[in-house]
Amino acid sequence: MILFALRRFLGFAATLIVAALVIFWLLDLLPGDPAQFILGINATPESVARLRLQMGLDAPAHERFLGWLWGMLQGDFGQSYTQRAPVAELIWGRLGVTLPLSVLAMVISVVVGLPLGILAARRRGKLLDTAIMVTAQTGVAIPNFWFGMLLTLVFAVGLRWLPPGGFTPWNEDGWAAFRGLILPSLALALPQASILARVMRTALVDVTGQDYIRTARAKGLTMGEAVWRHGVRNALLPVLTILGLQFAYLVAGTIIVENVFYLPGLGRLIFTAILERDLILVRGATIILILAVTATMLLTDITYALVDPRLRERSTP
Amino acid sequence: MKRLLSHPSLVIGLAATLVFLALGLLSLAWTPYPIEQIDIPRRYLAPSAAHWLGTDNLGRDMLSLVMAGTWTSFLVAAVAVAIGVGVGVPLGLAAAAWGGAVEWLVLRLTDFVFAFPAVIVAILITTLLGPSAVNAIIAIGIFNIPVFARVARGGALSIATLDFVAAGRLAGLGNVLIAWRHLLPNIMSLIIVQGTIQMSLGILAEAGLSYIGLGTQPPETSLGLMLREAQQVFLIHPWLTLVPGLSIVLIVIALNIAGDGLRDAIDPRLRQGNSNVLA
Repeated sequence: MILFALRRFLGFAATLIVAALVIFWLLDLLPGDPAQFILGINATPESVARLRLQMGLDAPAHERFLGWLWGMLQGDFGQSYTQRAPVAELIWGRLGVTLPLSVLAMVISVVVGLPLGILAARRRGKLLDTAIMVTAQTGVAIPNFWFGMLLTLVFAVGLRWLPPGGFTPWNEDGWAAFRGLILPSLALALPQASILARVMRTALVDVTGQDYIRTARAKGLTMGEAVWRHGVRNALLPVLTILGLQFAYLVAGTIIVENVFYLPGLGRLIFTAILERDLILVRGATIILILAVTATMLLTDITYALVDPRLRERSTP
Repeated sequence: MKRLLSHPSLVIGLAATLVFLALGLLSLAWTPYPIEQIDIPRRYLAPSAAHWLGTDNLGRDMLSLVMAGTWTSFLVAAVAVAIGVGVGVPLGLAAAAWGGAVEWLVLRLTDFVFAFPAVIVAILITTLLGPSAVNAIIAIGIFNIPVFARVARGGALSIATLDFVAAGRLAGLGNVLIAWRHLLPNIMSLIIVQGTIQMSLGILAEAGLSYIGLGTQPPETSLGLMLREAQQVFLIHPWLTLVPGLSIVLIVIALNIAGDGLRDAIDPRLRQGNSNVLA
């Protein structure tokens, strides 16, 4: 098990390093001189040269890359030259919106999606099953940001239950901050819950045909008991993999949904950075997103192996 | 063909998809009004005989915009699928035919690309080249590559052990010919089914990217871009977001139903699998 985890961790680290290399190389291709940008067009060539030296911009690419990696390991992502603040600090501030939003959306989709999937599987072929599956089929087809707009129309404009957008910082009013995240997380959760319900149903239907369920029935359990005690646990395995992938893509999905609700999350930070061509900020923010995605996948793999010992033996999923 | 048509979901899904595709294609030759025709006095009109779906914030005909936007959505998603198939399938086949180091490399590459959600790729390309519909195509296409590589490898591995492949090897065929003559034809159905799934995901992704300004740019239009343009006024004029949003939903449902039907029609054994997890 430790060996398995170690091998997965090495893969994770390698992915991150190659990703960092790709991002660094892509953004390094761009024309434009950060030193010139900071000092403005009226700066003398000498002062630009001095600042370039100071910022280490004249060093060869591989040295700057290693310097960037080394800095990140120590929590230093460089200085944003448009916002004049450390990139790490800017990103950290925004994660206070993006992370709770993703987690809340994930929780909602699990709490809604899994029971519906189980219910549909238990009532297979009945009206309830059809109703749930039609809803799920529609749910996966609805763009989450558009669903966010609809939610705003109904719950913020029509019923006035929740704010239509904007965000109150956590330390000012925690409850208001939470309320601001409810509609966005519902918007993010809809497609995820639909997918989870479908996967859960399929997995449970598959499992119901297995020998161990028959054995459990033969021991005298009712079908409901057998499925509940033995089926759901086994059916959760494929669901777990998908949960991991989903969370990874949820973090990326927040970038789009933040726009609907004017939330000051990582996405908004990245857009400002792109518009102002703040490459150091774009670089730091994208690598953080990729870190979130790959770390989730790593955790999923390891959890999966903990739950299902059969998988530890195989090197590739 | 008759066998295919006996699956009602396939027929319904395919018919609905074709209706939208036809509307999109028609927009290339004709739309009720030119989509770039700005007519401020006639803005925010409700649906009427002259404008079936009303007019937008610039007085443009919504039906014309939806038709043209549908075409962009289909085009972006289709080219992205072509990129995914064109690069991913050969990679997957190579992994299955050669095995060993080639397979390891392909699997690590797909793992690696999975770490880049389309949104992140789009962010990087936009920073590099500025926003455009081509960015959306590249970003979604890159995202499609590992999906098709995995599907092709999985399908090919299950066939590679069959007798006719062994017979081919005995006949002296190399890996390339084995992959081309024996593996590829047998996994086509898998690829077509995955293709419809990726089409619908691609249309959703295009909408998302254009909505946040990383995809299609004016004066071109797409369903996602219509939603972006409606964003400023959607609290007062919700109609402007309802029309393109519902169009996206209907197209994606049509494609998904067609895909499900196609999967059942081609290979009922696949019915239980659901690889569509990347939305």
